[in-house]
Amino acid sequence: MKFFKKLQNRLKKTQETFVNRVDTLFKGKKTVDDELFDEMEAILIQSDLGVTPALDIVEDMRKQARERKVREPGQLLELFKEEILHLLEGSEKTYAFSSSPFVFFVIGVNGVGKTTTIGKLGWQYVQEGKRVMIVAGDTFRAAAVEQLQIWAERAGCTFFSKPMNTDPSAVIYEALQKADKEGFDCVLVDTAGRLHTRGNLLDELKKMNRVAKKVIPDAPHEVVIVLDASTGQNALAQVKTFHEHLPLTGMVITKLDGTSKGGIAVSLYHDYNIPISHIGIGEEVEDLREFSAKDFVEALFLPDENKTAEKQQADSST
Amino acid sequence: MFERLTERFDDIFQKIKGQGIINEKNVDEAIREIRIALLEADVNYKIVKELLAKVKEKALGRKVVKSVSPGQAFVKIIHDEMVNIMGEGFSGLELEKNKPATIMLVGLQGSGKTTHAGKLAVYLKKKYHRPLLVAGDIYRPAAIEQLKTLGKSIDVPVYAGDTDMSPPEICREALKYAEQNSLDTVIIDTAGRLQIDEPLMEELNEIKKEVTLNEILFVADAMTGQEAVNIASTFHNKVGMDVVCLTKLDGDARGGAALSIKYVTGKPIKFAGTGEKLSDLEEFHPERMVSRILGMGDVVSLVEKAQESVDHKKAKELERKIKKQQFTLEDFLEQLHQVKKMGSLDKIFDMIPGSQRLKGNINMQDSAKELKKTEAIILSMTPLERKKPKILNGSRRKRIARGSGTRVQDVNKLIKNFNQMKKMMKMFKNPKKMARMKQMFPFK
Ligand SMILES: Nc1nc2c(ncn2[C@@H]2O[C@H](COP(=O)(O)OP(=O)(O)O)[C@@H](O)[C@H]2O)c(=O)[nH]1
Ligand SMILES: [Mg+2]
Repeated sequence: MKFFKKLQNRLKKTQETFVNRVDTLFKGKKTVDDELFDEMEAILIQSDLGVTPALDIVEDMRKQARERKVREPGQLLELFKEEILHLLEGSEKTYAFSSSPFVFFVIGVNGVGKTTTIGKLGWQYVQEGKRVMIVAGDTFRAAAVEQLQIWAERAGCTFFSKPMNTDPSAVIYEALQKADKEGFDCVLVDTAGRLHTRGNLLDELKKMNRVAKKVIPDAPHEVVIVLDASTGQNALAQVKTFHEHLPLTGMVITKLDGTSKGGIAVSLYHDYNIPISHIGIGEEVEDLREFSAKDFVEALFLPDENKTAEKQQADSST
Repeated sequence: MFERLTERFDDIFQKIKGQGIINEKNVDEAIREIRIALLEADVNYKIVKELLAKVKEKALGRKVVKSVSPGQAFVKIIHDEMVNIMGEGFSGLELEKNKPATIMLVGLQGSGKTTHAGKLAVYLKKKYHRPLLVAGDIYRPAAIEQLKTLGKSIDVPVYAGDTDMSPPEICREALKYAEQNSLDTVIIDTAGRLQIDEPLMEELNEIKKEVTLNEILFVADAMTGQEAVNIASTFHNKVGMDVVCLTKLDGDARGGAALSIKYVTGKPIKFAGTGEKLSDLEEFHPERMVSRILGMGDVVSLVEKAQESVDHKKAKELERKIKKQQFTLEDFLEQLHQVKKMGSLDKIFDMIPGSQRLKGNINMQDSAKELKKTEAIILSMTPLERKKPKILNGSRRKRIARGSGTRVQDVNKLIKNFNQMKKMMKMFKNPKKMARMKQMFPFK
């Protein structure tokens, strides 16, 4: 519930009224003018949406605002929300579990939250009554196996691992055979964090993909990239390169409980059409939510806590 | 992304140069472009704004009209302004004030603190310190185990305390442990935390009360986006920091967060993590970071080199000749000399944006040999032959080959290339194409 509580708290801080929120966001401006569009541009860019897309959107909205004769800041805000929601059309994804065992590869750069996300996902699927196996495909980072094992226990999943430095493909091969034989519904494969600039590690991913297919011809059924909401424009390069090596079928945006808005997701979806399944909103096992484009856009335009606090201070001192 | 930016920058360069002086209009255009470049590199929005206001003021104020190339001068203003923000080069850690010297690593989840702690231990060991690693992250699953494994691999002791101890208690006991075992530097790893997590931020202050710290190191991911500003300043305000460390610089993030963090905290960036191995730690170079953020290689050094070595009168003359189709082998030779004055091809390549990759495709030694050969051939020609290559018949070519220690085929090839070049120049009579053409020469 954390995220929604937080959302609510933030809303409450601004007295829950829309007018107030718009005021905070736009620093009390009452008319739609160039300055206000500049302010919108600042908000979009500071959400990490990317400068070129942000400029394009603002340009577009200028035109629309003129055509639709938008005069109030509140209306303009709604217009922007609509537009970004429009850009996110079709971005929500639920994994289908179309075959069994249904195999996930979870990939991404170092420290984004792959292992944690696997624990959370596993827990959710167990709650839904599925038999879930978690596979320790990160045999490289110190104590990565132990970390995942703890998550598997928390989530009530079966854990499969091999000693450190085992070829991850070999781990996957055995794990999938076992999962297939024993009738698991779902297999979540953790992988070592790797920067997308490391060619040989990308090849390793491809090998894991080939080997998985040897056991289960249409595995992996989902290749999920985990992205940290605080990442800036480099996320574009990450997704591009990973996608070229191993076609991605889903994204998870983590750490949205922080102050980063994760605006890059809009550009990513727009550029690559990879849908977003979940967001991470904390470090507990239940801190995972299905991605909702509407909530995401709402949060994108929520005045952030620091600013709100600043404003309240300013308000109370006057 | 990298290439696009470099090209864009070259464009601006060219535009300003074409107009001759920096005025209100072209400076705005250049600044708009650079703004995009900086934002794409993740420099914070507000900082970009302030930075560019300053740059504009300086560009207009300075009498760049006199300088040979306004474009170059302009680049230098931006670059210098950024270097100014980034501050001085590496200076070590403060490890003298207290003994054992105690440093604490803080930062967001996943920024790379634990790995960085291991790297610092390796670094300090090399400098004849006896470090102790302290497992202050009691929350993340297997974080303690991770540090223990790292410690073992580098033969550095790890203090982890008991399961019922709080992080401040662990740190207090760790210091005792260090003293008992005559370890002189204590490196405290802490759990990753959001800067808005009040209880966890308070915990760091509790640690500060429990032990006297020499330095607090803020560990930040080089890929961080716009929020770097709020994250860093909140850590700075709530807990304090003395040194910034950037991680994951081995990726291709442009690293604008570095500038943002330095700008809002004023704290020097001292270390750069450049890989997953514990030896992958480098002392931080602010100037290199500026070039990386701008996406332009070490352009400034290149500009300075070029300014030193290029005789501008000659360059102008050359331009005139090209326009009038009077470009001769003599001029070609002159160009070669200019290249040589700038240093080895290898070095020049190092300074050109985006050339790192290109370099892999070019055999430097071959290219250098080729240049030498060309020079020798031209030098073996008479002045008349250099001016009028048309008169080079078979016997003249044979003589030249002998004189230059090359083969007639080499001489033929050179003349063919030269003729092709002239033909191309003819096509580029209009100024726009001309500009592009000039880029094919060693300098503009
Ligand atoms: N606040 C917060 N922290 C997270 C979230 N997801 C992961 N983390 C933390 O980020 C750090 C790195 O996570 P981990 O799963 O080990 O990343 P991996 O290297 O990609 O496997 C850990 O400290 C996690 O607790 C999230 O949604 N919110
Ligand atoms: Mg992991």
